[in-house]
Amino acid sequence: MGLRQLTDKIKPTFSKGGKLGFLHSTFDAFESFLFVPNTVTGKGSHVRDCNDLKRVMIMVVIALIPAFLFGIYNIGYQHNVAFGGQMGFGAMIWYGFLKILPLYLVSYIVGLGIEFISAQIQGHEVNEGYLVSGMLIPLIVPVDVPLWMLAIAVAFAVIIGKEVFGGTGMNIWNPALLARAFLFFSYPSKMSGDFVWVAGLSNGGAVDGFSGATPMVYAQANGLEGLNQAGTSLCDLVCGLIPGAVGETSVIAILIGAIILIWTGVASWKIMFSSVIGALAVGFLCNALATDATPYLQMPAYYHLVLGGFAFGTVFMATDPVTSAQTETGKWIYGFLIGALTVIVRLFNPGYMEGMMLAILLMNTFAPLIDHYVIASSLKRRAKKVKIA
Amino acid sequence: MTDYIRLKKGLDLPISGSPDPVIKKDVISDVIAIKPTDFKGLIPRLLVKEGDAVLVGSPLFCSKVDPRIQFTSPISGTIKEVVRGEKRKLLEIRIANDNRQEARSFKVEAPEKMNRNAIQDLLLESGLWACIKQRPYGILANPDSEPKAIFISGFNSAPLAANLDFVAKDELQALQTGINALNKLTSGGVHLGLHQSNHASTPLHKLNNVKIHVFSGPHPSGNVGVQIHHVAPIQKGELVWTVQLHQVIFIGRLLMNGYCDFSQLVAITGPRAAAPAYVRATVGMSMQAIADQATTTAEGLQEGCPVRFVSGNVLTGTNVGENGYLGFFDNQVTLLTEGSYYEMFGWAKPFRCKKFSFSRAYFSWLAPKKQYAMDTNLNGGERAFVLSGYYEKVLPMHIFPVYLLKAILAGNIDKMEMFGIYEVIEEDLALCEYICPSKIEVQDIISKGIDMMIKEMA
Repeated sequence: MGLRQLTDKIKPTFSKGGKLGFLHSTFDAFESFLFVPNTVTGKGSHVRDCNDLKRVMIMVVIALIPAFLFGIYNIGYQHNVAFGGQMGFGAMIWYGFLKILPLYLVSYIVGLGIEFISAQIQGHEVNEGYLVSGMLIPLIVPVDVPLWMLAIAVAFAVIIGKEVFGGTGMNIWNPALLARAFLFFSYPSKMSGDFVWVAGLSNGGAVDGFSGATPMVYAQANGLEGLNQAGTSLCDLVCGLIPGAVGETSVIAILIGAIILIWTGVASWKIMFSSVIGALAVGFLCNALATDATPYLQMPAYYHLVLGGFAFGTVFMATDPVTSAQTETGKWIYGFLIGALTVIVRLFNPGYMEGMMLAILLMNTFAPLIDHYVIASSLKRRAKKVKIA
Repeated sequence: MTDYIRLKKGLDLPISGSPDPVIKKDVISDVIAIKPTDFKGLIPRLLVKEGDAVLVGSPLFCSKVDPRIQFTSPISGTIKEVVRGEKRKLLEIRIANDNRQEARSFKVEAPEKMNRNAIQDLLLESGLWACIKQRPYGILANPDSEPKAIFISGFNSAPLAANLDFVAKDELQALQTGINALNKLTSGGVHLGLHQSNHASTPLHKLNNVKIHVFSGPHPSGNVGVQIHHVAPIQKGELVWTVQLHQVIFIGRLLMNGYCDFSQLVAITGPRAAAPAYVRATVGMSMQAIADQATTTAEGLQEGCPVRFVSGNVLTGTNVGENGYLGFFDNQVTLLTEGSYYEMFGWAKPFRCKKFSFSRAYFSWLAPKKQYAMDTNLNGGERAFVLSGYYEKVLPMHIFPVYLLKAILAGNIDKMEMFGIYEVIEEDLALCEYICPSKIEVQDIISKGIDMMIKEMA
């Protein structure tokens, strides 16, 4: 194995005391990326499961691939529609690929760069968490987001969102969502409006009648009627050939990811399921209360599941095992509140169209509190049971 | 009356090398060792010096705190060496075997005729008190206390463990005598856990004077801690004693014969065992005596790759090395390949046919019957806690394992109490450690937590 011999040869240079010893965390990261290390068990169990955190993280990355691929296609497709072009299938994919590549380069170079530096400073191994965050971030931003803004947002998310708490596993908020929230509140003009969701639209020159607005805008203005007027059917919303953030449009692609996550046990189906229940519960309640003067409230509740970032957030963001509730009952409560809050924000806050991001960040904050009460009540119940017995 | 307790969570580790139910030979070690470090919570005081002659049952050392608790020699011979570690910590007392098995005799009667004090004194003096562990914490039992009950697990669900039916089938009389004696030590009775798969066919169901509880489910259903948790959870201030079934036989033999007999069946197991089976040996047998049972090559690896000699099972045993000795509480040796190799793109390969994973992130769930020649590679690097709800899948107890571990790491005694430190010892969470993708040293953390609790309560 040539690569192994090369690694062994340069290893002393990067080990403590070597010429480039200060880079040992970086070297370890690359080495353990290429090879499962030769570490043997010391204390405790003598054999260990072959599953490790790298594998867990790579499973999430794999689950994101359908949404990622569809996102590439949809970038090209939307651009083609907007400019009345005659692009073929291949051309659309190529266009989308060229658009998304810089986003990924910035996301991974900035994010991993900071991860490596902080691992170096703290002298621990590089964590794998950013493999997933770096994959997520470009999928939840508008395709035309300026790269320098993305870079700042990524840096903010990794440093303030994660490293100050001690790295992967210690963070309170989902880093990818934090990057999006940072962009949203710092540069609102680049994160909302009708022009940011389709590549090249902000420069003008679109065909007449193409607005670039996301279906959510129509839904908010006029409910189901609005969607119909804009020519967006339920099928369009499910398939995802609509303007929106890169990876969030296709519910089908996201569902494929959800199946992978649930099957491999990386993400909790309880959170996903209860989030859907929460959204439907509030949706149906509003349906019942709606009058003709409030068409958005009249929109059937299930539309909320396929509009905007709900599906993507539920499957990939709310289920982040680090920032979600840890107890099984807590997961039900946490998911339900995310779904419910999302729809409440959507329906009752005209200034802020998409409730998913803030609902998840808010529930991230409250997840430890939920767990606290779940555990307290479980312990109390058990104490009572033991007393009787 | 028996009660049935259905457990579902857990994992029977599919590791190769389970012992055939045959006794291959008698192993006579030239040298055996007793290790004071096997007894949690013990501060030993040495009673012998090098060159002293000892009989089976002669005291070697005692507890500094309670000198009545003696630890005795399992063979007759002379003290060969006293091995000390850092700060003169007593590590091993090695005894050269004279192969005569001369035993010190004790005055005994049938346990029915003896009172509690007589039995207790006999056990203390003969060194068999050391077989009794006290919960919480899994430490040496305190002779001045009376336990709520005594628990014995009648099946060992640990990977490749010695089959207790096989171990006990010719020793039923000794077992019954031992149980009768233990019954005198507690008013709460002796409780025996059996597995649902064979509770009616095992010779153990014929035992009298015990309350039988039947459990179903995979490992750790055979852990006595899990069984106690479901039969009578330990509350603060309560004490429960546990004895391993194969050591109850020692107690029974003493009461029947009037002398100690520390011979036992030891299962030689694991992927590197040439022909996994049982041998008859004494407590403290040397690994050198069974070195011929290990294969020199391992499948798929280069010749001569080293063997790890584990006293006990793969989850909770101790790496004693090829020159080491069997632990006092163990009746199993597991021979493993040291996994000191690099695996290119191991974590990224879609298939890793030779490795087992509890998770579905790999495809070993496609071959549920397959057995794996597991080695000691860590298969990753240590990370922070990431996944939630994962440990619970292999822990059939109503406790919050991750919260307990975090409370220990934070040194928070109140929270450790809340989250169930009284109910667990290291072995109960060993499977959590096995499956952990973050490679967290779960058992080590629990052990530190128990040490903290002992210090706090002292």
